[in-house]
Amino acid sequence: MGRVAGKIAIVTGGGTGIGRAAATRLAEEGAIVTIAEFDAANGQAVAEELGGDAAFVEHDVREEASWQNLMKSVADRHGRPDILVNNAGILATNNNQELAVTDLEQWRAVQQVNVEGVFLGCKYGVDAMIANGGRAKGGAGGGAIVNMSSIAGLVATAHLVAYGASKGAVRQMTKSVAIDCAKKGLGIRCNSVHPGVIVTNMGNQVMGMGNGNVEANWEARLNLVPMGEPGQAVDVANCILFLASDEARHITGAELVVDGGMTAI
Amino acid sequence: MAGRVEGKIAIVTGGGTGIGRATAQRLAAEGAIVTITDVNVDKGQAVATELGGAAAFVQQDVRVEADWQRLMDDVARRHGRPDILHNNAGILSTSPQQWLADTDMAQWRAIQAVNVEGVFLGCKYGVAAMSVGGRAKGGAGGGAIVNMSSVAGLVGTPGAIAYGASKGAVRQMTKSVAIDCAKKGLGIRCNSVHPGIIRTEMGNAVMDLGGGDPDRKWAASIRNVPMGEEGQAVDVANCVLFLASDEARHVTGAELVVDGGLTAI
Repeated sequence: MGRVAGKIAIVTGGGTGIGRAAATRLAEEGAIVTIAEFDAANGQAVAEELGGDAAFVEHDVREEASWQNLMKSVADRHGRPDILVNNAGILATNNNQELAVTDLEQWRAVQQVNVEGVFLGCKYGVDAMIANGGRAKGGAGGGAIVNMSSIAGLVATAHLVAYGASKGAVRQMTKSVAIDCAKKGLGIRCNSVHPGVIVTNMGNQVMGMGNGNVEANWEARLNLVPMGEPGQAVDVANCILFLASDEARHITGAELVVDGGMTAI
Repeated sequence: MAGRVEGKIAIVTGGGTGIGRATAQRLAAEGAIVTITDVNVDKGQAVATELGGAAAFVQQDVRVEADWQRLMDDVARRHGRPDILHNNAGILSTSPQQWLADTDMAQWRAIQAVNVEGVFLGCKYGVAAMSVGGRAKGGAGGGAIVNMSSVAGLVGTPGAIAYGASKGAVRQMTKSVAIDCAKKGLGIRCNSVHPGIIRTEMGNAVMDLGGGDPDRKWAASIRNVPMGEEGQAVDVANCVLFLASDEARHVTGAELVVDGGLTAI
C-alpha cells in the first residue's frame, strides 16, 4: 500500500525536473497523477511513462481559463483532487537578472508565472478540493497543496532579483493559504518546499546566468553547499511526497528546506 | 516490501513515553533496529518488550557523560555503528511556575542540563559513534541525527522561559552540528523537529504549568491552533522518520515544524 494510495494528484510543470520527479514519486506511492505542463511533448511523455491512469493536460499557470479547464478535466476523470503540487516556475526571461539590468518586462514575466500562477493554483486548487464533499460541507474531503518556493525565497539573491522576490511571495502566500484553510475547517493543508542547488534544467539555467561558464559556476556553487554535493530532483520530490501524504496531517504553513545545509550557515 | 529505514540501527532517547515512544514504534515498523533509552526503567523496558525482535532498552540519563559512553559501547557491541540517533529526551519544568520572576537558577540549570547539555552530549557521542568506519575514513558510513526542539524554540514562551531558551539552543546547535558534519564529509545529517500542541504527558505538563484548570487550558490551546486540533505523538514521529530516512539525504540543518499552523501566523 503506497503512502498516497488512490489519491488524485496534480503536478504543474510536471514535464521536467523536480515536477517530473514529484509526479513519478507520487505515482510510485499509489497516486493517480495528472501532469499539467506548458510543454506538450514533455508533459505527454511523462504521462505515458507513468502509464495507468496518469494523464497529461496542457496548461499555462498564468491563465485563469487554463486552471478552470484543468480542474474540470480532473473532476470529469477522477472527481475531487487530493493533492496539488504548484511546481511550475521560471527563472528568468533574460540571461541577466541583477537589479540594474532587470526591466519591468522581465520582472513581470517572472512574477506572472511564479506568483500569479501559484496564486491561481491555490485559488482553484482549494476550490476543487472542497467541491463535492469537502469537510466544510460535511464530507470527509480535504487535501494538501505543496508550493514550490526556493532558498531564494529565504535569503538574498543579488543575481536573481525578480526570481528571489517571486519565491519570497510564494513562501509567504503559502502561510496565508494554510491559515485561511485551517480556520475555515476545510481540512486542506498548504506548505512550501525550499530547494537549494539541484541538478535540473533550471539548475543549469541558474549557472548560465550572466553569460557565466556553466561548469565553473556549478563547481563554485557546490563549494557553497556544506554537504559538498548538489541535490537531485528526487530529493525534492521526496519532500513533496512527505508533505502531500497523510503522515504530514498536522503540518501546515510550514517550510521544508532541502539544500544540503546551504542556508543553515 | 522493505521499510523506509530497513536494517538501520537507531537510538531514541526518552523512548519510554510520548513522542519518543511513538518514534521508536514508527522506526521499528519501518524496519529499524531500535534501542530505547530512558531514565525510567519500567517505561523504557515496556516499549522495548512491546517492539520485540532486536529492540532493546538501555537505562540512560542524558545529562551524564558516562551514560552516553556506556550506551554507545552497548549499541556498538550489539549492532555496530548506529545510523540514526533521535535526541528526544527532554523536560518541561521542575516547578509549577516558569515565568522570569519565578524561575531560580536551580530550575534554569536543571532544564538546560537535560534539554541542552543532553542534546549536546548526544550529538557529540552520536557523531563519534556514527563516524566509526564512516565516510571520512573511507567507509560507506554516515547517519542521521534528529533533535527535538519545539515551537518554543522559534517564538517567545513567557510562561516557560527556561524551556523556550533550551529549545532555542537545540535549534541553533542542530545547525552547527549539521554544518560541522557536512564540511568534514562525515555523511551525517542533523535536523530539528518543532512540535506545537501535542497530546502527550508533556502536553499535560504544559497545561499544568502556571496553574489553572488543565482541561480548560487544553481547550484554549487547541483554539489557538489554526487547524483546530492538537497533534498526536505519531504525527511528530512521522516527521522524525522522514528526516531519519534516506529520503531526506539532502536535508541537513533544517527545521521541520509540525504545529497545525500555530507559528505560521
